[in-house]
Amino acid sequence: MRRLALAVGLCLAPLIAQAEVAITAAVLRVEREAPLPISRLDLPSGDEGFLGGRVATADNVTTGRFLKQSYQTLEATAAPDGALAALDDLIAQGAGFVVVMAQAEDLLALADHAKGRDVVLLNAAAPDDALRNEACRANVLHIAPSRAMLADGLAQYLVWKQWTAWALVHGSHPGDRLKGEAFARAAKKFGARIVETREFADTGGARRSDSGHVLVQRQIPVFMQRLPDHDVVITADEAQVFGVYIPYRAWDARPVAGDSGLEARVWHPAHESWGATQMQRRFEKAAGRRMTDLDYNVWTALRSVGEAVTRANTADVAALRAYMLSPEFGVGAFKGQPLSFRPWNNQLRQAILLADGKLVVSVSPQEEFLHQTTRLDTLGFDQPESTCRF
Amino acid sequence: MKRLLLCSVAALVMGGSAQAYTVYVTNEKGNTLTRIDSTTLEVIDTVRTGQRPRGITISPDGASLYVCASDSDAVEVYDTADMSLRHSLPSGPNPEQLVLHPSGNPLYLANEDDNIVTVVDVVARRVLAEVPVGIEPEGMGVSPDGKIVVNTSETTNMAHFIDTETFEIVQNTLVDSRPRIAEFSADGTRLYVSAEIGGTVSVIDPSNGEIIKTVGFAVPGIVPEALQPVGVRATSDGAKIFVALGPANRVAVIDGASLEVTDYLLVGQRVWQMAFTPDEKLLFTTNGNSNDVSVIDVEALKVVKSIPVGEQPWGVTVSPN
Repeated sequence: MRRLALAVGLCLAPLIAQAEVAITAAVLRVEREAPLPISRLDLPSGDEGFLGGRVATADNVTTGRFLKQSYQTLEATAAPDGALAALDDLIAQGAGFVVVMAQAEDLLALADHAKGRDVVLLNAAAPDDALRNEACRANVLHIAPSRAMLADGLAQYLVWKQWTAWALVHGSHPGDRLKGEAFARAAKKFGARIVETREFADTGGARRSDSGHVLVQRQIPVFMQRLPDHDVVITADEAQVFGVYIPYRAWDARPVAGDSGLEARVWHPAHESWGATQMQRRFEKAAGRRMTDLDYNVWTALRSVGEAVTRANTADVAALRAYMLSPEFGVGAFKGQPLSFRPWNNQLRQAILLADGKLVVSVSPQEEFLHQTTRLDTLGFDQPESTCRF
Repeated sequence: MKRLLLCSVAALVMGGSAQAYTVYVTNEKGNTLTRIDSTTLEVIDTVRTGQRPRGITISPDGASLYVCASDSDAVEVYDTADMSLRHSLPSGPNPEQLVLHPSGNPLYLANEDDNIVTVVDVVARRVLAEVPVGIEPEGMGVSPDGKIVVNTSETTNMAHFIDTETFEIVQNTLVDSRPRIAEFSADGTRLYVSAEIGGTVSVIDPSNGEIIKTVGFAVPGIVPEALQPVGVRATSDGAKIFVALGPANRVAVIDGASLEVTDYLLVGQRVWQMAFTPDEKLLFTTNGNSNDVSVIDVEALKVVKSIPVGEQPWGVTVSPN
């Protein structure tokens, strides 16, 4: 059986002629120290994102084989002060598309450094709405959903459930505050109301301690008592400092959503609809672990490049960028409809998964929220409200 | 003597007003198979299957039913006389769609996790070949002369034409996003490939792989992204092509001559697969989110009945006799 399979494989060889279109892309991570997550299940694996990129490249190579198109993806990791040099190095090696895993300020520095050169950056990690509005850059395409998209996706479901009275708790890190603002904006947009906002201050300290639950069990109810009547607690905790402490420990018996409990995510390892099971299995086979949101974003970034190369049949970066931003572009990424870019701020439109620890509970946009062009544009900043000017 | 007998049987069929066929529907979530009588349009019975039954087909003599039990990693073979499970075929992991050679052997399977098409001898019960194709192989179609099998790959977005003698890929056609089904016309001059995410059906000339026309869809009041073509069936005279539009809950009717959409028929929710009765008077559709099967009168282009079946109906096939 194996021999037969091999023979069949060889038969493909005549079809794999000299590549006529050769694409070099890169994945660049800019590392900054972050607090460790509370649960050991959420500890970063170290190769997060890069493995999503490797699977995407293998997928592109398989397709390219039939079309005389070849792909290679470079990888680099840099500290913030070495990021610009790392980008120069990748460009010097021929990378026309660089997927960036970095915080907003590092991404902006890279974008301004690359301005005027024949390279497109793909943002796989920074959720900042400013990057899609006043701080937008023409040479950056945003694959990662913005905070507003995630918050809007959750808000639609909660409003559909008629859980419209929210108690909002945000952390004290800048990203947590911005996420809190995104939830407040979403509440206003979809008809929910925030009954009270509280800040959970990160006072530092170890992620875990011996018999830590004893203390947490006493602290959290105290922190959460005397809230006005509410249907649901919303946590804004990107830094993963307190969010998962709220369920089962709060004063009132209310469901929790946001960055803990029912989470708005771009991907979840239990997602199985629209062929996602195949993606999960393919990734797990290659990586030996589950696929994370960051892996998915990098996969989608490189598959978007691959899809553009397949359709436009060129290696020209400017032509590919133009095609990706055109209405003709659409990439399949296990979300039940083609994903395309919003021309007003270069944001990839995509559905948002709402998942608890084990399952995808729902997928937004919810069908009751209508839009004149695509329901996906009910998530995040729509064209009339965008302040992005390229 | 034999010829005489055959002729008289044929005469009987032609003369009969409504031949009773058996319709077989796999229920993906129920782990069951529902049998329906095509004359009374009533459920005959429900049979337990392996885990997550999806693709289904029947042998040309009607004696053997092949069911992809995806989560059991097997193709189950049922005896249609008493619906007993005869045996399972080696299928490779997670088989989803399958097609039989017109002669009844071999069977061609898409293994969506391994990027291969598996060719299985259904008599010897062994794997004849594994053909590497694009990422996420899905739809399977066979040419009427049995010389070409077409597989669609959902992430590579291609129809791969496989020579059934050499198991070699001889031609590839790039189609729109997430191709789900490949279906040949009865005369073999056209290949229809549905693209679920692309929202189109590509009409391909199998002789050279060129796309003759890409058919799009539009239904007033339905958002374009809900128009997700999956199942495709064409009448043997080529006059009518039916396309199941998934969450749009419609079956589109395409005129075979002009390749224009002429009608949209309202059916149950999330319509995916379809099958004709052999006389092509009726078309059965599986509606995964309303747990029923819609019955379309092919001549009148009317939905005549909805039949409740098991949980999340997926595949459908009809006995040839």
